[in-house]
Amino acid sequence: MEAMTAVIDTPSPNAASPATAAKPALLSVNNIEVVYNDVILVLRGLSLTVPKGEIVALLGANGAGKSTTLKAISGLLKTEDGAVTRGDISFDGERINGIDPDKIVRRGIFQVMEGRRIISDMTCLENLRLGAFTRRDNQVRQDIEMVYEYFPRLKERTGLAGYLSGGEQQMLAIGRALMARPKLILMDEPSMGLSPLLVKEVFSIIRQINRDLGVTILLVEQNARMALQAASYGYIMESGKVVLDGTAEELANNEDVKEFYLGGGGEERRSFKNLKSYKRRKRWL
Amino acid sequence: MNWNLLFQLVVNGIIVGALYGVVAMSFVLIYKASQVVNFAQGEFLLIGAWACWWLLTTYQIPFIWGFLITLAFMMAFGVILQIVVLRPMIGEPVISVIMVTIGLSIFFQAMMKWMFGVFAKPFPPIFETQTVSVLGLQVQSVYLMSLIISVIIMAGFGWFFKFSKMGLAMRATAFDQQVAQSLGISVRTVFALSWAISAMVSAVAGVVVGTVNGVSSALSFFGIKVFPAVILGGLDSIVGAVVGGLIVGLLENVAHFFDSQFLNWGNMYEIAPFYVLIIILMLKPYGLFGTKDIERV
Repeated sequence: MEAMTAVIDTPSPNAASPATAAKPALLSVNNIEVVYNDVILVLRGLSLTVPKGEIVALLGANGAGKSTTLKAISGLLKTEDGAVTRGDISFDGERINGIDPDKIVRRGIFQVMEGRRIISDMTCLENLRLGAFTRRDNQVRQDIEMVYEYFPRLKERTGLAGYLSGGEQQMLAIGRALMARPKLILMDEPSMGLSPLLVKEVFSIIRQINRDLGVTILLVEQNARMALQAASYGYIMESGKVVLDGTAEELANNEDVKEFYLGGGGEERRSFKNLKSYKRRKRWL
Repeated sequence: MNWNLLFQLVVNGIIVGALYGVVAMSFVLIYKASQVVNFAQGEFLLIGAWACWWLLTTYQIPFIWGFLITLAFMMAFGVILQIVVLRPMIGEPVISVIMVTIGLSIFFQAMMKWMFGVFAKPFPPIFETQTVSVLGLQVQSVYLMSLIISVIIMAGFGWFFKFSKMGLAMRATAFDQQVAQSLGISVRTVFALSWAISAMVSAVAGVVVGTVNGVSSALSFFGIKVFPAVILGGLDSIVGAVVGGLIVGLLENVAHFFDSQFLNWGNMYEIAPFYVLIIILMLKPYGLFGTKDIERV
């Protein structure tokens, strides 16, 4: 652990990530710095690119700044006394940093926050209708039916959303995001607190949504294995920076990633002695 | 026992209670949306009533027009008050915000006295006939109008919060401001709207009471009477506000009955609601319909 911090404190050339894919970037975050309460530096020069129509995973340990990255994009940082102090975020070719969160939703970015955050004293249907708050068209009813097709269980639940199970709440949170017809969904830990079976189900739905509706997804996850299976490209964060990025396959086969995020690791490792961080130093500096 | 008097007082209690309920609802609306305890609620009634009175007496326009213009004015008033005075207070300690609303209350009360004098002024008569007969009971037409308006406002609130998009957005904001913003709801708009609706609805009550009793600064006493109603029902429950209002209205009048018939203490009318308030808060500290806060450690 000590060695890890040592690595981080030395400035690394930021991987400005030419996301390899030929697809145009829907979202690009360029060298941003985020400060909370004017003093706490959380992101120190983070860059990433999300190509249109893809699922991109953002992985990393607790406290690496993944959620902060999402909040910087969605503007919710403002509600927590945080601010983007350097760099810029552009979405669909327009600079969006500093814009109020409710206006960012209108531009087509919807964040599914960590811990689902559904409105527990409303019904499922009311939660879904609120998802469509920013829309003015008259196809809300059809979209509710569409969400019910993805999540048939929600249709049966007529009581308050607070009484739903954790999995159902996550489904409601995703359904609510779909109701806004966003171009980009930012998902913060959809697997949190769910049983392995439910995690699988949620991820298969995430892939399905991406495929059927063409929604671009930026996914923050602790469950790196599931995330890399769903995503086409991945970034690994540590202490407010991207330390490694590559296609999902590359990352899944990377020895360090295996070792630190996927568990198991290479066969050559026989004792913990070898699990020193010089390996990472070699790679990431 | 004078049954006739008791019956008359119960009817009176329901009518006044419904008005308390309406004002209590508009108080709860502000509290729920923006967590501000508005001590200037009574002055909203006062300002609304004076505005309407002034329009009717100076320009001799029909009542309905004066009433509608008053509503529009109060809506703008609520929005401006929120933007100018209360928006800068967001994030300040609760006690500071409360002091601001108390200050507003004193300020508006004094301003109304300065502008319109201290004596009660009667509204120009609205209806041709003073009383109508309902189920064999003689009811003043203004009272009947007041009850009908109260019920319409309550039904309107019910519809608004259950079915309209903006109503849902207001509930979402009351639940969690960050979540509301993540759904694309502008919290500022919701705050401004809650003050606008609250000022408007209070003004309706103000005009109704003004037509019955005449307009004077005594009207703002309504704002104080509304506290037991609101706290009885639980500070954050709209339904509770209505029930609380009805209870307070009935209590006052029933206490008045017993006082005048048996006790002859003279002022039970004023204080009975507050006694009952204390008893209910001892038994149910969150009010009859209030939500208990779940402490998370």
